[in-house]
Amino acid sequence: MELTVNGVERSVRDGVTVAELVRDVSGQERGVAVAVNGEVVPRTGWPATALCGGDQVEVLSAAQGG
Amino acid sequence: MDGEPTGFELGGVRFGSRLILGTGGAANLHVLEQAIRASGTELVTLALRRVEAVPGRSGGLLDLIDRCGVRLLPNTAGCYTAGEAVKVARLARDAFDTDWIKLEVIGDERTLLPDGVELLRAAEELVDDGFTVLPYTSDDPVLARRLADVGCAAVMPAGAPIGSGLGINNPHHIRLIRQHVDVPVILDAGIGTASDAALAMELGCDAVLLASAVTRAADPVAMATAMRYAIEAGRLAHGAGRIPRRFHALASTPHEGRPDL
Repeated sequence: MELTVNGVERSVRDGVTVAELVRDVSGQERGVAVAVNGEVVPRTGWPATALCGGDQVEVLSAAQGG
Repeated sequence: MDGEPTGFELGGVRFGSRLILGTGGAANLHVLEQAIRASGTELVTLALRRVEAVPGRSGGLLDLIDRCGVRLLPNTAGCYTAGEAVKVARLARDAFDTDWIKLEVIGDERTLLPDGVELLRAAEELVDDGFTVLPYTSDDPVLARRLADVGCAAVMPAGAPIGSGLGINNPHHIRLIRQHVDVPVILDAGIGTASDAALAMELGCDAVLLASAVTRAADPVAMATAMRYAIEAGRLAHGAGRIPRRFHALASTPHEGRPDL
């Protein structure tokens, strides 16, 4: 299925979870936050949250900023 | 708020340093670490961005913050609406395990000045959600009081636009804000050099938040050191009671006892 991850189309296997996607995209979990279709998915919910085709996913992490 | 030259309380936490350092603008993490150490800060800001936009991934920055033994303060930089800022604050809480947030809701992309209406709305919602809200606001004393009234843990008025280095454009308003609210006042944005930071403290601010003035200085470590001393000096001067300004001179050497030559 197709997702939009950080603004870019990405093909993933059906039923992929947020936890699996974070591992693929980021390679780390520390300091990472995820929103799906504009809603925050708390870290504790990542393993049980399966994504659906067309979902808009944001995977964010710490960056320098004032 | 506090007559001691060093230390103040913010969100129920005691800080020895009155300098909050933003991490934005540093050329690399090595320079940033040296600047953090030289500044003596105990609280540094950071942002949330898409993972692939962070060079070298974000682990390095979080490790650095741990190594320096400082607390982190996530921001909502780049948000233009209350809704967006509230979501970023919740994402930051999940990412960094802190309910502290430097709330920025920008109203104009050229000046990066805050949108007071959206800011107040976001502040209210985040306070209700249990956040310790530190809003970046304008130098408007009325808005500052409204932010304090909804439960913000401090107010952080801009001295001048972010990154402008113009100093404190309206010192009178900063002084008025200090009189208007009972929470800490943190001068945030506009600082260009050490004398600006000293002035903020002389006006009665409880702390100063700055980033570019240090991270974009030719020698960030030297400027971080200068800021540390300027903030301590300004705070001491504030408590020391400056002499009144006079139109004419007042001799410091007595007139009596002059020789007749």
